[in-house]
Amino acid sequence: MANNTEKLVTIRGVTKRYERGKQNIEVLHGVDIDIDTGEFLALMGPSGSGKTTLLNLIGGLDTPSSGSIEVAGTRIDRLSSGELAKWRAAHVGFVFQFYNLLPMLSAQKNVELPLLLTRLSAAQRRRNAEIALQLVNLADRAQHKPKELSGGQEQRVAIARAIVSDPTLLICDEPTGDLDRHTADEILGLLQELNRVHGKTVIMVTHDPKAAEFAARRLQLDKGTLVNGAAVR
Amino acid sequence: MKYLHLIWTDLFRKKTRTLLTVLSIVVAFLLFGLLDAVRVAFTVHESVEGASRLITSSRLSIIQPLPYADLSQIQHVPGVEAVAYANWFGGIYQDRKNFFANFAVSPNFLDVYPEFLLPQEQKHAFASTRTAAVVGENLAQRFGWKIGDKIPLEATIFLAADGGNTWTFDLVGIFRARDKRDRGQEDQMWFRYDYFDENRILSNGTVGWYVVQVVDPGHADNVARAIDKLFANSDAETKTQTEKQFSMDFVRQMGDVGLIVTSIMGAVLFTILLLTGNTMSQAVRERIPELAVLKTIGFSNQSLLWLVLAESLLLVALGGITGLLLASIGADILSAAFRGGAFSVGGQSWLTGSVLMLLLGLSVGLPPGVRAMRLRIVDALSAH
Repeated sequence: MANNTEKLVTIRGVTKRYERGKQNIEVLHGVDIDIDTGEFLALMGPSGSGKTTLLNLIGGLDTPSSGSIEVAGTRIDRLSSGELAKWRAAHVGFVFQFYNLLPMLSAQKNVELPLLLTRLSAAQRRRNAEIALQLVNLADRAQHKPKELSGGQEQRVAIARAIVSDPTLLICDEPTGDLDRHTADEILGLLQELNRVHGKTVIMVTHDPKAAEFAARRLQLDKGTLVNGAAVR
Repeated sequence: MKYLHLIWTDLFRKKTRTLLTVLSIVVAFLLFGLLDAVRVAFTVHESVEGASRLITSSRLSIIQPLPYADLSQIQHVPGVEAVAYANWFGGIYQDRKNFFANFAVSPNFLDVYPEFLLPQEQKHAFASTRTAAVVGENLAQRFGWKIGDKIPLEATIFLAADGGNTWTFDLVGIFRARDKRDRGQEDQMWFRYDYFDENRILSNGTVGWYVVQVVDPGHADNVARAIDKLFANSDAETKTQTEKQFSMDFVRQMGDVGLIVTSIMGAVLFTILLLTGNTMSQAVRERIPELAVLKTIGFSNQSLLWLVLAESLLLVALGGITGLLLASIGADILSAAFRGGAFSVGGQSWLTGSVLMLLLGLSVGLPPGVRAMRLRIVDALSAH
């Protein structure tokens, strides 16, 4: 198990506002969180609580209206859109509820996608994708298209894609939301293994308490505010 | 190159739609290639340098006749080996839809056109029969004519001296092209100029054009200039040019070929622009969530723009190059039909075609590309 207490993510006073017509809606109200390297954190809360918004901010998919987000020493709230894209490619792996694989590509080619942004040769990209697929026990399905795979297998491919470029941080948005209990447990076990054995920091949004049990720490959001303290160390 | 697989699979995600679009681009560029070959043939001036045969006709208009008296002067121009002449008749056989070229020719006409073969005894018959006519083998087969037949032609320009407009000729020979590729040239009929000139009541003593055979093709340019200089400032100034240019002038009488061709090409390409633009926009619209995923994993805005542009350029290039290749084959076939290789999809057409492909690709790819570039990841993913 990774035992590193160094801070990876530091969030201070983060707010997020959206404009909906003439209305200005604040989704997050001054959130403060610290997340250590090698942590498995579950963000929980009811629909509309702001947990996915917070996850998007940590993953650099969106920028806060105010406050600061520092990940591995980089103030990502200050990065331009182009810099954020580069930063995401190098530091973050994403796992979505609906897998979001490209349907025309084989599992292997889907996993290779993030590596297209690197200088690796075609052979090296293929090799790395094979290793990632082996890690998620799906090497034998490398040439299958997403529609030829089950939901659980698709999510494994998505996880392989998320880890293939060896990111520090895994961002998972309801990764088991579309799976049955048994398959969900397998996927969560896999994420736990990536966290414990391979030292990946995992931040997972879920509204499923059973899924949250796989995490080492759970934070509850409600109406844009953390409700169970202990978020800052 | 590493993105080619991604671009290719995206392009052929909806195979039928893509193939139909490519097919329409193929047709558009096939038309473009052929029409541009026609346009170039009709607008580019060809030098007479290297030509062994020249045509001298009126500088004013191809339908303006030249005096028969010019013959002896042209014959005496240094570098001229032989001079033949001909006059367009434009007769109709039975029905206007049976059109074929028919004209009166000088006695030595076949001597300057050695690429046509006529048996010796038929040559004698042509020389000894005033009403004689010879036709190409193709034409004879088309109407089932055989030697000894009488062929009546209804005059459209030249009434006969007897006041009638039907000229009857005796078929005494059937010629054929030496080279099978020139069989298209066998669709014509020749008859004797002396008989024609004596029996017409219009423009007697004139010829339509002179065919000048030069001693040295390397000096054809000097010969052409010398002939035209001879008649400069006369009532019948001349223009001496290659056979190809002469043929083009003949067709150009119908109208401004360049303008007609350019207008058709413009309409075709505009239609293709709309069609392909619609296909690309639809293709990108269907993939918004996937483009959002690519952005999520680190593809920059510019990368997505280039991916979409590359896809549209590939789509247009696939159809455009195939269309131009087919046009090259089509132009070769046309050239075989019009002796002398008048039509070809040359480097200029390929260059223009490539620029059009580039512009078309960019025009149809840019709007969806910009849309992909401006995509907000969070919005696109939440809409999924």
